[in-house]
Amino acid sequence: MNWGLILSNSFYTAISANAIAYMLVATGLNVHFGYTGLLNFGQAGFAAIGAYSLSIPISRFNWPWPFAVLLVIVSAVALALLLGFTTLRLRADYLAIVTIAVAEIIRLSLNSVRFTWLTGGNDGLQGFTSFMEKLNPFPQQGIWLWKQKIDGYRLWLLVSGWVLLMVVATLVYLLMRSPWGRVLRSIREDEDAARSLGKNVFAYKLQSLMIGGAIGAIGGVWLVLDKQSSQPGDFATTFTFFSYTIIILGGVARVKGPVIGTMIFLFVIQFVDISLQQATKTTPSDPTPLLPTWLIDQNNYAQLRFMVAGFALAALVVFRPQGIFGDKREQAFDVH
Amino acid sequence: MSTDTSAVPFESVPGSQKPDAILVVDNVTRSFGGLTAVNVAHLEIPRHRITALIGPNGAGKTTLFNLLTGFDEPDTGEWKFNGLSLGGVAAHKVARRGMVRTFQLTKALSRMTIIDNMRLGARNQRGESVWRGIIRPIWASQEQDITQKAEDLLERFNLAHMRDELAGSLSGGQRKLLEMARALMVEPEMVMLDEPMAGVNPALKQSLLQHIKVLRDEGRTVLFVEHDMDMVREISDWIIVMAQGEVIAEGTFDDVGSNSKVVDAYLGSHHDVDLGDHA
Repeated sequence: MNWGLILSNSFYTAISANAIAYMLVATGLNVHFGYTGLLNFGQAGFAAIGAYSLSIPISRFNWPWPFAVLLVIVSAVALALLLGFTTLRLRADYLAIVTIAVAEIIRLSLNSVRFTWLTGGNDGLQGFTSFMEKLNPFPQQGIWLWKQKIDGYRLWLLVSGWVLLMVVATLVYLLMRSPWGRVLRSIREDEDAARSLGKNVFAYKLQSLMIGGAIGAIGGVWLVLDKQSSQPGDFATTFTFFSYTIIILGGVARVKGPVIGTMIFLFVIQFVDISLQQATKTTPSDPTPLLPTWLIDQNNYAQLRFMVAGFALAALVVFRPQGIFGDKREQAFDVH
Repeated sequence: MSTDTSAVPFESVPGSQKPDAILVVDNVTRSFGGLTAVNVAHLEIPRHRITALIGPNGAGKTTLFNLLTGFDEPDTGEWKFNGLSLGGVAAHKVARRGMVRTFQLTKALSRMTIIDNMRLGARNQRGESVWRGIIRPIWASQEQDITQKAEDLLERFNLAHMRDELAGSLSGGQRKLLEMARALMVEPEMVMLDEPMAGVNPALKQSLLQHIKVLRDEGRTVLFVEHDMDMVREISDWIIVMAQGEVIAEGTFDDVGSNSKVVDAYLGSHHDVDLGDHA
């Protein structure tokens, strides 16, 4: 077992550009669910809209990248308005149903053969990251993080991504401690009470949906910039559910929650994954793996990582239900 | 009895006219399926008084509350608050016009602190806009004023020592107090209380009664739904009785107490007939 590689690789996974994408998507969801109480089960849809609003105009129509970035925000806001006007006046459950359906419609449309000319279908789109490569100030050979190599492009995504994340998190923090954020929390607690005190609940929910959606779309952008490819498969419902796991892990309605939650979540999964990979590995010189083959072998360890990660997460939630940064007192009262 | 109810000069008939009524209701109906929950032909609520809305369960009191405050839409009808029509006006706008309600099942915002519950009530907050909210200096001074006002009210409602606790940790009676105090942060002209005494222990009841009287003495109008007749007698200037969606009587406590329609509504119209012989 190469513990140096396992640890440095797991740590890198927890802070990489891919992790930043999860942090952003979860931060957006935290605005919806954590602060406003909106049950959005289609956050992956916002991420997909963001990813393809960047990759389609650049790959297919050669737009200059700033326009594509602008389109990312515009289309996320448009999706929020569409979802909001159709469902926000109804009971909370309807938003959950509609968002999960819309997110799947988006993913399946992106995957559809009919739109392959535009979206690339199942193969997705590539070649939209050259602007980011041109902006990269780091040398191509990159750096070593202990035993993990980070190439120049990924290092650039990592550094700029953390700066972006800090800006977004600061904005969310400033918003949530303001009277505006107080209205959002009151809607989460009881929207009729907010209404009875003269707050325009619908307008606030719509704003929350737009802001959280736009943050989610930026997360989608970072995901595909890291992969250098936009593929519909990356925006399945699991993406949304991972985001929920992340914010519950880190602590709901805490700005740090999605960041720390993502780091723990990705670290645990990656750590289990490569530990098992190493423990089941055979080489010509050493044909006996560390773990007995009747228990586990190279062909089935991959399935096990989510089981083990699941156990670890379940344990954490059982012993610390409020998450890492959550407030125990808040957890004590049920939401109705 | 501290309140001099005999001085109230209104006529004791359903839908009687009051000089300078704050709220005038006309032909408001609301049915759920085949059931007519509310059918009020005419009703006037007197300004600067405490008016009780009573009636047996299912009389339509809370439904009427919901209709008047924009939480439900009537099938027909129209009503005016301070002479301005409130028909079709959204609930939050009704509150902004100065008519603020509380709820039968208290709506304390459990996972927010008590002081934040209070601050939320203040109107026209600069920091409640998303853009201005980001920049603290824009709203900091207003927030200070709001906090001061909130603290004064908490003091008055004996909740000051709980200032930074979460509202979910309050007892049922304290939640009623908080809800009333929070409603006052909106600076309403008219306060509508839906069963303010439900689930409140006797010790707290007296203080709650005093608080309601103070609302009137401050020049506000109070309309409340209540089942506790001791309380109704003690603080009401005027009483409106509803049964089966309609206003069946109005008057002082003694007036309605001796009204046969009211007695019938509460006890059933055949309460004095021995059904045993005929059944």
